[in-house]
Amino acid sequence: MAVRFKQRSIIPGFGLALGFTLLYLCLIALIPLSATFLKASTLTWHQFLRVALAPRAMASYRLSFGGSLVAALVNLVFGVLVAWVLVRYEFPAKRLFDSLVDLPFALPTAVAGIALTTIYAPNGWLGKPFAAIGIHTAYSQLGVVIAMTFIGLPFVVRTVQPVLEDLDKELEEAAASLGAGRWQTFRRVLLPSILPAALTGFALAFARAVGEYGSVIFIAGNMPMRTEITPLLIISKLQEYDYAGATAIAVVMLVASFVLLLAVNALQRWSSRQRTNESAVDAGLPSSNLQSIPIQEASR
Amino acid sequence: MTASASWVTQNVPSRPRAATKATSEPAAVCWLLTGVALIFLGAFLFLPLAVVFGTAFQKGLSFYFSSLSEPDALAAIRLTLLAAGIAVPLNLVFGVAAAWAIGKFEFIGKSVLITLIDLPFSVSPVVSGLIYVLLFGLQGLLGPWLIAHGVRIIFAVPGIVLATIFVTFPFVARELLPMMQAQGNDEEEAALTLGASGWQTFFRVTMPNVKWALLYGVILCNARAMGEFGAVSVVSGHIRGLTNTMPLHIEILYNDYQFVAAFAVASLLALLALLTLVVKSIVEWNARLQLAEQVSAGEEVAR
Repeated sequence: MAVRFKQRSIIPGFGLALGFTLLYLCLIALIPLSATFLKASTLTWHQFLRVALAPRAMASYRLSFGGSLVAALVNLVFGVLVAWVLVRYEFPAKRLFDSLVDLPFALPTAVAGIALTTIYAPNGWLGKPFAAIGIHTAYSQLGVVIAMTFIGLPFVVRTVQPVLEDLDKELEEAAASLGAGRWQTFRRVLLPSILPAALTGFALAFARAVGEYGSVIFIAGNMPMRTEITPLLIISKLQEYDYAGATAIAVVMLVASFVLLLAVNALQRWSSRQRTNESAVDAGLPSSNLQSIPIQEASR
Repeated sequence: MTASASWVTQNVPSRPRAATKATSEPAAVCWLLTGVALIFLGAFLFLPLAVVFGTAFQKGLSFYFSSLSEPDALAAIRLTLLAAGIAVPLNLVFGVAAAWAIGKFEFIGKSVLITLIDLPFSVSPVVSGLIYVLLFGLQGLLGPWLIAHGVRIIFAVPGIVLATIFVTFPFVARELLPMMQAQGNDEEEAALTLGASGWQTFFRVTMPNVKWALLYGVILCNARAMGEFGAVSVVSGHIRGLTNTMPLHIEILYNDYQFVAAFAVASLLALLALLTLVVKSIVEWNARLQLAEQVSAGEEVAR
């Protein structure tokens, strides 16, 4: 049987909606993106590698990717903890804390940047006590990690939370009745169930932090080779009218974004497959409605 | 529950004591976990908000309002409103079209399309701005031709609008899509069978079902459009009073050591962010109600 491009449906408007979507995507995203690769292709391999692998660029990759990794790991641990506390425990102002988790999505990055810098500056609310014990928070690599942690905070919480809400209490009861302690139950029963969602959140937080600019540049101090993130290096190349250099480094970042995007997609598929399997155990509900909302919601 | 655990309690339905114990943690662990989580959230979420509003009003109300009403600040506010005013409606139309095509139909390449819509989430804002510079800038592919015809896009308002559109185009689509998929096609098919036209079905059946998600998508898109910094910073050229949006104005004030004025402008954007969170809470509450109704209806049917 011939493969149809689109399944038959009586609902109208497919051509119009898809056509407009594709046109818009091409004009806004695909044409400008391909212009970037076209521009990069005017460089020879030798030129491209000389710019993309220059010591200053390498130092910025180390900070951008290394810092993002540390920040995403912090968010992985604390995100699972916060999701657990929000789902399992009752405490005053819980709804308020729950809503505020999304603040890093909604707060403009420049505002977050100057606020974090003020807090962690040597005379700031948290910067001062840290400075007293000899830890420099703002204007150091630690400051970069702090800003990246802020920006990635909601992802793990929001991917893990719906999974924990849907988890069957009976599994834990079964584990307990078979003699597992609480920690054993968590490690052997709960952790495997939330792992795909937690890793999806981790990858999303990492991807967001790698490209982050606004909230990081204020707190970073921006010293070349030490506290200069890759997006800032692109900007300084632009300010020196070094368009070829900026393009080469942008291509490196774009390739990294595409790889991360594919990784996130694969993790999401794994995560939703796991949840579909689990909710099939649920009490005979037509559960297709129930799953799709939280998973997609979290993938924002 | 023991009396000591009354402040932080666990979400377990009341059962015989032994059953509760086996699937819950000791009260001390419960307290410790909650404490650590709240300190983490407090340090990362409450403190920044407190700093923004605390510093903004440090020199009193009159200084606050005069920092907002000086000509450069007003020009920045106007430009931000203009950029969001163009970007948000366009992205709204795009979001509805994309969610309709993806949510209501099965076709080949659907997951590729969803991935493409997610693109701005993983592309660095700086790179998002750069791609327009490389297309329309003086060194770009179309730049020299555009300049020769007197059209300025980079270091001018059109570039700012384009960069804003790029960074915020997924939001409406991303909010609508899960709702449209969850609703299924049954109601639309019923409406069409009963003789409604396509547009009638869309406005009378589909839209009312997704209106809350649509509202949140628009508000989130607007908050991000007004707050976009990295991409706009690359294409704007930082011309005071001409191509400075609110976030760029904040950066300039901050780098000039005018901290209180910077935070005064920042407090407007922070208010917008808080408003966004309030709308999100309302929307989620409504979605939960809707879902509960559907589930109970489903149980009725199953019976």
